[in-house]
Amino acid sequence: MKRRQFLLHGAAATAALGAGTAVLPRLASGAVPGETLDAAVSRELSMLALDAARSAGASYADFRMNANRSQALGTRERQITFFNDAETFGFGVRVITNGAWGFAASREVNAEEVVRVARQAVAQARANASTQQRPLELAPVEAVPDGRWRSPIQVDPFDVPIEEKVDLLLRANAAALGVNGARFVNSSMFFLKQDKVFASTEGSYIEQTLFRAFPNMTITAVAPDGSDFQTRNSSDVAPMALGYEHVTGGRFVENAPRWAEAAVAKLTAKPVQPGRYDLVLLPTHLWLTIHESIAHPTELDRIMGFEANYAGTSFIFPIDEYLGKFRYGRDFMNVQGERSAPGGLSSIGWDDEGVRPDDYLIVKDGVLNDLQTTREQAPWLADWYRQNGRPVRSHGNSYAQSWSDVQFQRMPNVNLLPNPERDVSLDEIVADVEDGILIDGDGSFSIDQQRYNAQFGGQVFMEIKNGRITGPLKDVAYQARTPEFWNSMDMIGGESTVFSGGSFFDGKGQPSQSNAVSHSCPVARFRGVNVINTGRRA
Amino acid sequence: MTNPRYLSRADAEAIAQKVLSFSTADEVRVNLNSGAQGNTRFAQNQISTSGDTFDANVTVTSAFGKHVASASTNRFDDDSLRQVVQTSERLARLVPEDPEYMGELGPQEYLPVEPYFESTANITPEDRARAVMLVANPARQQGLVSTGYLSHFTGAQAVANNRGLFAYARGTGTSFTTTVRTPDGTGSGWAGGGENDWRDLNFASLGEQAIRKAEMSRNPRAVEPGEWTVILEPTAVANMVNLMMFAMNARNADEGRSFFSRAGGGNKLGERIVDERVTVRTDLTDPRAASIPFSGEGLPNAPRVWIENGVVRNLMYNRFWAARNNTQPTGFPGNYMMSGGNSSIDEMIRSTDRGLLVTRLWYIRPVDPRTILFTGLTRDGTFLVENGRITHAVKNLRWNESPIFLLNNIDMMSPPTRVNASESGDGGSVMVPAIRARDFTFTSLSDAV
Repeated sequence: MKRRQFLLHGAAATAALGAGTAVLPRLASGAVPGETLDAAVSRELSMLALDAARSAGASYADFRMNANRSQALGTRERQITFFNDAETFGFGVRVITNGAWGFAASREVNAEEVVRVARQAVAQARANASTQQRPLELAPVEAVPDGRWRSPIQVDPFDVPIEEKVDLLLRANAAALGVNGARFVNSSMFFLKQDKVFASTEGSYIEQTLFRAFPNMTITAVAPDGSDFQTRNSSDVAPMALGYEHVTGGRFVENAPRWAEAAVAKLTAKPVQPGRYDLVLLPTHLWLTIHESIAHPTELDRIMGFEANYAGTSFIFPIDEYLGKFRYGRDFMNVQGERSAPGGLSSIGWDDEGVRPDDYLIVKDGVLNDLQTTREQAPWLADWYRQNGRPVRSHGNSYAQSWSDVQFQRMPNVNLLPNPERDVSLDEIVADVEDGILIDGDGSFSIDQQRYNAQFGGQVFMEIKNGRITGPLKDVAYQARTPEFWNSMDMIGGESTVFSGGSFFDGKGQPSQSNAVSHSCPVARFRGVNVINTGRRA
Repeated sequence: MTNPRYLSRADAEAIAQKVLSFSTADEVRVNLNSGAQGNTRFAQNQISTSGDTFDANVTVTSAFGKHVASASTNRFDDDSLRQVVQTSERLARLVPEDPEYMGELGPQEYLPVEPYFESTANITPEDRARAVMLVANPARQQGLVSTGYLSHFTGAQAVANNRGLFAYARGTGTSFTTTVRTPDGTGSGWAGGGENDWRDLNFASLGEQAIRKAEMSRNPRAVEPGEWTVILEPTAVANMVNLMMFAMNARNADEGRSFFSRAGGGNKLGERIVDERVTVRTDLTDPRAASIPFSGEGLPNAPRVWIENGVVRNLMYNRFWAARNNTQPTGFPGNYMMSGGNSSIDEMIRSTDRGLLVTRLWYIRPVDPRTILFTGLTRDGTFLVENGRITHAVKNLRWNESPIFLLNNIDMMSPPTRVNASESGDGGSVMVPAIRARDFTFTSLSDAV
């Protein structure tokens, strides 16, 4: 019997507990040529699932199948601490029946199971519909009968020898420990390859392969008398949707001594005096402030109350008092949502409901211009789009972390665009600061459930006096109220200061799902921000 | 096929034995996790999304000498199982020695605990929808907007190795959280709970609590940030005490990079660090918060006292650090229970001249590990207490505080109760009291409702 026949028709013959799946060729040694899913089988399974859903009464259905392969390794000082290789494979079926959503998923990838799960999703949607006051409506989407997309990587991380990865981390650790006062170092690498299939009753069938790479290290310095300890991490090497070239490009061995020196310097740094300071925020730090105070509050599901029980709502409410009216910042402030930047963690060909994402301005010339949407959400902004002569269309911001989770609205890469006029330098931005603090790297972060009140730390804090950087500070955190904070931004750097930071673990939804997202931005200056001293004595 | 829920003991043992038979390593361990999860979310007084998922996963950890690596898959056909063994062995041969590898354990004795309830295992989407309506209907009838999350899992864990160890336990859990808001966005109230047995969750009562707090919290007034007497409801107490528990790693303490490090070297074992009324222990057999009786390595989870009358009695040791320090490994606890007192929250309010009543805390993130200082905000029900009664809602506040300071400033405690204190609403087996404490540090106001 051919593998495909076995898969489609022979499920009953598989072991009672076995997945009976042959859709994935063996992942031996990570050296599988090409992509991992068998295209013909995937297509047939998707059609079976969609047909089963329709027959059971679904007015809409989509089928997502994912094969994830991940690898994680960690070290401390001169030794390895873990090395794990993992794969997970399965599918989920989402349906609309009687105007309500249903979703079910399983790891058993075979013909019998996709049919069972499709029916299970429909039955669940019927149960949910009993509570429904308003039926769902989806914005239109263009059918994509044969879509293909792949992350633009140069070196497949699963092809890189294990020894080379371990050796790189141990050499970086040694370089860090060569700095006097650096006592501990933890370093790690994480890689993901995800093969995704999407098919819908609206005629789309899309295959995509994405990669992500996250190399990281943290160095701890301990005071000789045990009275203090301080850390510095590798925040200037962000996680990216790239291959192993991103790890080698991070130059960990070369950078480790600099990071270690910064940790040691914090031991004797001057504790900050609380007060109001001008802040010069490097993009290694600013990306996280953008993430928390611009990207999250412009998620339309939050604004409408769908995340009120966990991630929260938004200060942007009611929408018609904000869209086109709310001044986020000065005229030069432009914030873009996109899923197209090469290496951006959210970048993708089509989102998890088959929409090709567009690039759009969330903040345009300082004013709130648009919000993040899925197909269910775009119609909620129909009036605004019609007023502005724009189509009612999803921005393609739907995402699920895995086959076992239902897709929902997740942020695209949300970027603060650099100064379009000229390439303003960091020196120029510092030169006009009398009493300020420069912050490099992301640290502690917390923001309220409507994204007003935020507190951010950092990795490295430098005092600025009369236009010059004078020395390190410690125990620094700033507190800000989002509208005032962004309106205090009086200067942004040019293109040459842009850096793309990002998060691998952006949590939202219940059950909580992790999104990975990048935020590129230039250096920027903020006037008169409230700084607190976080050092206390036990 | 019926809807699969988890691997039975016999199935788990058969798969584990098969995996072990494929192994050529000196030492090998098999971890099997399987289970079904279901959830229903609601917003705007109706169900928004829901899901039912079945997954099962095997992780194989292979060692040649002290060369160790692991691999995992969720495919259980023979080829996949053989492959996952081979992958872990191939990796193990290539990685450097892990000098801290302790080898596999021999057979162990476990407490006969199985926190498994058929009532939870048999929950259907229809059950979930009915439960949601016990909150959403009254909220709608009162002109309020309810949102929330109901989840449950039914699963089994198994550990087996080539030294004869086999451990298996089933478990169930369910949790429910709801946030009710006023339509104008000026008031918000929360309630939540978590149980192993679905029958112990009282949805209507939780809904009433959230509705009452939403009504009470309309139009909050500003108060000055600063040092406040606070009455923390049990959820907020667990939000804080969790932070201390996560900081109790013995090795970090011994290495001088923890609050539990002693100045001049060593750790704080035997030192009094908090109020002498505070005792924190783990007891996986406690029927109110039972948890499974073994760790991922197959180490027995035993009842243990962490803090006794304010004194540090135990820190958390893995097998390597325990052996190095001639003590017993503790693993990480599956639950914890904190001591309480006899005061009710009403009594705390009645005896307070001026203070803040706090429902729960949010976006809790580390600021300074030297003091376990964290920051976060109050949320979904923060009230001013004056002259023995709640006088009005107050705006939410950002705090910068440590559980150590909090637990040194206790005035009164209630009897402990089980809470759902994870920010994501996914439960946790934690029992804590409500606490009235002095000098809780709030650093700024928030306009968030």
